[in-house]
Amino acid sequence: MHQLLAVIVKEFLQLRQDKKMIPAMIIGPLVQLLTLGYAANLDVTRVPMVLVDQDRSPESRALVERFTGAGTFALMGAEDGVDAIDPWLVQGRAQIALVVAPGYGEAVAAGRTPEVQVIADGTDANSSGVGLGYASQILAQAGADMVASRLAASPPRPPYGNAAPAVGRYELVPRVWYNPDLKSRWFYVPAVLAMVLMLVTMILPSMAVVREKEVGTLEQLSVTPLRPWQLILGKLTPFLVVGMLDMLLVTALVTGLFHVPLRGSLLLLTFLTVLFLLTTLGLGLLVSTLVRTQQQAMGICVFGLMVPMIYLSGLIFPVENMPRGFQIASNVIPVRYYAIILRGIFLKGSGIDVLWPEALSLVAIGVTVLTMASLRFRKSLE
Amino acid sequence: MSPKKIAAVAWKELRQASRDPLSLGMLLGVPFMMLLLYGYAVNFDVRHIALAVQDNDRGAASRELVASFVNSTYFDLVADLPAGADLRRFTERRQAQAILVIPEETGRDLAAGETVQLQLILDGVDSNTATTVLGYASALVAAANTQRLAAGGRVQVAPIDFEPRVWYNPELKSTRFLVPGLIGFILMLTAVLSTAISVVREKERGTMEQLRVTSLKPGELILGKTLPYLGISLIATVLILAAARVLFHIAVAGPYLHLFAATLVYLIGALGLGLLVSSVADTQAMAFQAGALVSMLPAIFLSGFIFPIRSMPRALQIVTYAVPARYFNVVLRGVILKGAGLESYPRDMAFLVLYALAVMALSYARLARKEV
Repeated sequence: MHQLLAVIVKEFLQLRQDKKMIPAMIIGPLVQLLTLGYAANLDVTRVPMVLVDQDRSPESRALVERFTGAGTFALMGAEDGVDAIDPWLVQGRAQIALVVAPGYGEAVAAGRTPEVQVIADGTDANSSGVGLGYASQILAQAGADMVASRLAASPPRPPYGNAAPAVGRYELVPRVWYNPDLKSRWFYVPAVLAMVLMLVTMILPSMAVVREKEVGTLEQLSVTPLRPWQLILGKLTPFLVVGMLDMLLVTALVTGLFHVPLRGSLLLLTFLTVLFLLTTLGLGLLVSTLVRTQQQAMGICVFGLMVPMIYLSGLIFPVENMPRGFQIASNVIPVRYYAIILRGIFLKGSGIDVLWPEALSLVAIGVTVLTMASLRFRKSLE
Repeated sequence: MSPKKIAAVAWKELRQASRDPLSLGMLLGVPFMMLLLYGYAVNFDVRHIALAVQDNDRGAASRELVASFVNSTYFDLVADLPAGADLRRFTERRQAQAILVIPEETGRDLAAGETVQLQLILDGVDSNTATTVLGYASALVAAANTQRLAAGGRVQVAPIDFEPRVWYNPELKSTRFLVPGLIGFILMLTAVLSTAISVVREKERGTMEQLRVTSLKPGELILGKTLPYLGISLIATVLILAAARVLFHIAVAGPYLHLFAATLVYLIGALGLGLLVSSVADTQAMAFQAGALVSMLPAIFLSGFIFPIRSMPRALQIVTYAVPARYFNVVLRGVILKGAGLESYPRDMAFLVLYALAVMALSYARLARKEV
């Protein structure tokens, strides 16, 4: 026990020796949280629009007003012909072009079907898709209003007559649970926790172990009476402690600064975070046994582990949208379970009765990885 | 400045890099891996939404409505819930993304000409997906209504003839959107990290001092250290473009020469940033932390790569003006997808050049002044 304590103290001292390291481990997460919290926003508003109104009638102006009035589209400029749209879209000054053909007003007045064209710059597939969705909703509403006013103006004649039954219709009433205003920030901000923890408890410990290898002090430690497990535990504990501090810090900011609700229990979050850290610490240690230099350790941790884990875990991109093979592969990624846990506890207020499968998966992965890493580490000491 | 000396340093750097095949392989292999990730795994294209239905009417009309949801191919029917099922439990366990609740007597009310309220319960945790799902559902319900009206003989279908057209990416595939952004992200990350770490490693091992006492001028040292990584990064660019073409059929629509000119300017800025980081950090771990922070984070989140800059708060939008990836993304998307040339983006190119010059000058000043 004494020996273990000595190693832990030594590791903390070493962390402190590099004067910029501790601030970096606190400031890094902070910057990450602020950027992600404010930048990660897929909400589409004020889509820049260029207008080609070849009709210039009161009817066409009313239609344009529907587009710009609600703040969904922002009118950036107007052109006379369809050919002039090209530079607007190429340079990104507008993302959508609304073209109202000549004769629109006449057609509306005469009860014929008018033509409207909407051209979208598809390069940003996501916001263009949403923008087109808005456009079709606006046009559908405009059409429905036209039909309604037409029906009001000319009451149905026989054979339907007044005796004809009115036609029943559906009305969709959406109820959004857990995130009623559909703020994408609520989805992304808790994800910062997972990213910060991967940095602090996977990449940094792996580099720290390799550093001792590089400098040669690991050999010196291996000839002391220290047992390998004491060495491992001693090396990893400081990172576990800093990781937990980061978790508390980030959680405080997520709820305090970004007003994301923490509906579940903080205690459960802490407990499940420890389980997650078993997997990241294990992976970091495993990498350190596979490489010779810190540069390699960093490369493998960042590109071989962190980046694929972020992308394949559902942290940013939903797992459900991936091809079958990737969905299966994502089952061995600990972040996948941690992402579900984070969103479950923060937004849904889930308890362990719902999250136990994820907790068990983390334990299984953590034990496997830590065992493998310890075995390899022992071998590399001998 | 003597080209011979620069070449000597560059040669030394290359030999050193080649002795570490793992790291070199990563510099070239990583872009490829990322491309596969982005091309196949990652997208916002919402399909196969898990839909549960609680049909409290179970009549012809309600069955027809459910069928129209399933036939749209957007929704997969995962459960047919009995009346009184615990819906909250169901979404909490993430078994369905949306639940459609059809009230009792739907068929009768419709026949009587009344309005039937359909409840659509959405799991809002993933707001992006939920928004899309809501859009699909509204369209399907609107279509059902139009059909009912048409069947009732009250009105002709399609009151407005609406023709959406999508240019440059007609199928709205997010892969086409993400690949150009990916190039900017990868180049920034590898250029900054590899330069920063290679310089700091020399500091850590004390070999930087040895280089200092040679007759090398700071400028020669800087050029010699960065040129190899410039070359490697350009090769990585070619690999990404080739793979994007073969795997995802994304061809460069604009002139290649313009593409490489823009890439070169962007890379010079990135390498300069790496040097700047190396002048601040004393250890490789520190260099990595700082490098990742100044390269990876802005290149993902502040560049418009994934998240539109327009949706950010004003203050953050101003910050993005200092992120070179922001300009590079605009130019790259233009050249690759829209077939434009650099002349369409004079402002963005000017910013890129300005950034490269400023960062290089700053890092030169720091490295020359300091007894590194």
